[in-house]
Amino acid sequence: MPEMPSPRLPEPDRPWMMRTYAGHSDAKRSNELYRRNLEKGQTGLSIAFDLPTQTGYDPDHELARGEVGKVGVSIAHRGDMATLLDQIPLDQMNTSMTINATAAWLLSLYVVAAENQDPPTAEKDLQGTTQNDILKEYLSRGTYAFPPGPSMRLIADTIAYTVQHIPKWNPINICSYHLQEAGATPVQEIAFTMSNAIAVLDAVKQRVAPELMGNVFGRISFFVNAGVRFIEEHAKLRTMGVLWDELGRERYGVEDEKQRRLRYGVQVNSLGLTEAQPENNVYRIALEALAVTLGRGARARAIQLPAWNEALGLPRPWDQQWSLRLQQILAYETDLLEYPDIFEGSKVMDGLVAELLEGAREEMHRVAELGGAVEAVDYMKGSLVESQRRRWQRIESGEQVAVGMNRFTSTEPSPLTAGADGGILVVDPEVEAEQRKALEQWRATRDQAAVDEALQALAAVARDDSQNIMPATIAAARAGVTTGEWAQTLRDAFGEYRAPTGVGEAAPADTQDLAELRGEVEKLSEALGRRLKFLVGKPGLDGHSNGAEQIAVRARDAGMDVVYEGIRLTPTQIATSAAQEGVHVIGLSILSGSHRELIPSVLDALREAGVEDVPVVVGGIIPESDAEALREAGIAAVYTPKDWNMNGMMRAIVELVAERHGVETAVGA
Amino acid sequence: MKLTPALPDGRELGRRLRERDLSAAPAALNLIESRSPNARGPTQQLLAEVSPAALGAEAPGHVIGVTGPPGVGKSSLLSRLLAEWRRRHRSVAVLAVDPSSRRSGGSLLGDRARIEADPRDKSVFVRSTAAGNRLGGLAPATRAAAAALAAAFDVVVIETVGVGQSETEVADVADTVAVVLQPASGDVLQFLKAGIMEVPDVLVMTKSDLQSPARRALADLNAALLALGATDTAVCPVSSVPPPTGIDRLVDALDAHRASLDLPARRLHARRRHALEDFVAEHGERGLRALGGRLEAQRWLERQRPELDVPALAHALEARVEEQP
Repeated sequence: MPEMPSPRLPEPDRPWMMRTYAGHSDAKRSNELYRRNLEKGQTGLSIAFDLPTQTGYDPDHELARGEVGKVGVSIAHRGDMATLLDQIPLDQMNTSMTINATAAWLLSLYVVAAENQDPPTAEKDLQGTTQNDILKEYLSRGTYAFPPGPSMRLIADTIAYTVQHIPKWNPINICSYHLQEAGATPVQEIAFTMSNAIAVLDAVKQRVAPELMGNVFGRISFFVNAGVRFIEEHAKLRTMGVLWDELGRERYGVEDEKQRRLRYGVQVNSLGLTEAQPENNVYRIALEALAVTLGRGARARAIQLPAWNEALGLPRPWDQQWSLRLQQILAYETDLLEYPDIFEGSKVMDGLVAELLEGAREEMHRVAELGGAVEAVDYMKGSLVESQRRRWQRIESGEQVAVGMNRFTSTEPSPLTAGADGGILVVDPEVEAEQRKALEQWRATRDQAAVDEALQALAAVARDDSQNIMPATIAAARAGVTTGEWAQTLRDAFGEYRAPTGVGEAAPADTQDLAELRGEVEKLSEALGRRLKFLVGKPGLDGHSNGAEQIAVRARDAGMDVVYEGIRLTPTQIATSAAQEGVHVIGLSILSGSHRELIPSVLDALREAGVEDVPVVVGGIIPESDAEALREAGIAAVYTPKDWNMNGMMRAIVELVAERHGVETAVGA
Repeated sequence: MKLTPALPDGRELGRRLRERDLSAAPAALNLIESRSPNARGPTQQLLAEVSPAALGAEAPGHVIGVTGPPGVGKSSLLSRLLAEWRRRHRSVAVLAVDPSSRRSGGSLLGDRARIEADPRDKSVFVRSTAAGNRLGGLAPATRAAAAALAAAFDVVVIETVGVGQSETEVADVADTVAVVLQPASGDVLQFLKAGIMEVPDVLVMTKSDLQSPARRALADLNAALLALGATDTAVCPVSSVPPPTGIDRLVDALDAHRASLDLPARRLHARRRHALEDFVAEHGERGLRALGGRLEAQRWLERQRPELDVPALAHALEARVEEQP
């Protein structure tokens, strides 16, 4: 009798790279955290930068207020980068940096930090990833700094430079992750991501020698998301693999099969994590991790998992350790890595892939017809806002179940959130002042002439499209230039940009509940004499606009006149708009944790602008202890992810305005 | 709990505007936009305070309509224009009219986001308004707002979207109409040639760098204007991306048009037309018949004193109907 072939691999696979997306406050505190994480068995670094660093502002800029050290570490110059990486040997480390608009700059700081380490590491030996994907910043994440044209040039420049000088670096991580967070369906996620990759590759093609295109293609990696529908999510990744291979072969003539393999890192879904019964999120994260590990045919190269409490606030080191342990159990305790692709030959999996392929090809064709991903940003943004609107409607109607949130809601009190810190990390408010002072000192002690010269050279290169931005940027990093100075030089050369909000394109909704609400808005508008006018504002640098956009669209569908100006507004801008537009109510949205500083600033600015009796409501990831303080400061209502019923929120807003104006409404009565 | 929202003092707001107190603008617009019946009195008082009768002359502000198809770069252009006007120390008010009218009645007013201005600059005022439901014209509130703001601001811009109809609507209110095009707006050229669109006072060609599509588009446009005999229309190529070009010439062209204009005649004509429109909106064809028909009503309006504002003229028409047997 012939022996059965073994269903196992001859040798188990090596585990994927395990990371934790981490960084807060300043370089010193983050360095301590990184070294602790590496001790716990983490195998790579994943640096989270704060919003000023991501958008190219120094800690002392007006827009940086309240954001310094909040969602990541503040890095203003090469000194900060050296401290951040202190005692971490860069010749052995694999570092992923979530950095986009200012990727060329942070990569340069990394290069300079490596050459100054003892012993030094040459750039050719550095390993890691810069996220460097600008289109998804326009579409979802919001940390862009420059207009599309120059931004694509910066990306192409970093790719062209690394392929030749830092060959083990992944210069770009094309992100499907944030598209899913913005509401993308699997088909949209695949199609928009691939279209984005095409736009990047086409731009690089103009700037490198043709024989290098194979290497370029081989260095492009992806950063994906995985939701809790983990079978379909796995099929999504297999589909991306098929399309990527096809693109390499057909569009870019890449002959080496290895170079055409889809390589991706992953952070599983944060969107589906709930504030209600937050302990359930642990299960969600585990199932989502299966989506990206289960099938060897499309397994992640690197994984970072969110923490159970991300809908509540910033995770603490312990929360992140808990997520790291999940990866380690999956890799070292289970038998996952012992088998070849367990989905090979699966009719269900093949069928799902075929379905997704068809949908994605069709959608990619539409984007191509619009002139490619750069030209189609408006179209894609509008589609995402629309998908998100539908998703919310399914959750509100109960059609899409979120356990603990819209079903099975009765619960015992959670001991996890009972601690004095409420179960989240609170950044020391002194960090901002410290960073400002440190920056002042840095400026005072550096060689100013060298800085001026470096910035002048940088400006000249920026204006000359034929040159690569990287050498002048590395020189600026060496000279002691700051993040804000580098970015401002480029802003001066390239101009500023505001991305489309996408809200205008969202289809109007029509439900019975909405019709009733509309009647109430109509009645109140009549009593007010003017249509109820609602300002939706996003103060500060936080670019997560999905929530604000959905509120704006719903308010419109409820019959309000909505003033929505997109992200990154200063308190003065919001106050000026409120005064000039004559709005009846103001809604502010903040997800970066900077509400404690920013909301009082907006209230001050409103008073200064003479907007006295207009009620202000706030929405975001806001712990209850902070909510209390905000209400005391004069905020009329605070909404958090547990207030997911938007029509309910609209009713409360109508009632609030009615009350302020002494109007009786059906809701109020 | 107060039961009726307190009404602002229209006369006081009007007086402040007349004395060029720009900070009165938001409250003035809140009142003018109000459709509540008890706001009507204060609104008319406000408008009376800024009427030519009260001012002793036409309002000093230059009312400029800026219109064009979506996506041609109107907002970027406005940002650059604002900067240039401010450089010339002129105060500017912008009324951004949003075309979206939804079945829900609500709208998303996103235009001010694209207009760059220093939020601390008290001499710049931007207000978004949803277009009215009334066919064939801007919302009456927008007309009244423009008239009121022209008493206080040096420049009042009415920004509308569209082509073919919008410039006609805005021409009814503005002293100067600028239509904004980009090199690819071939259909606009066809509209012009076919007479579907009236020839505006100023044509602005955005995205005009020195590349050949922009040059060719400019040549086509000039040829079309020549064929139409519209040699007075200024054609201004501009580029809004840094470094912006052509903006100072455009401002000069707008100034030149106003200087060449018989402003009192143009505004007087508009006021009489608006009064009749308001009257018809209120009383319909039946009211018009009571006045002896449109032509007769127009003739009668032409005999009224020139300094009367729109509400006063509309009142006079109503009084005339009541006099009729």
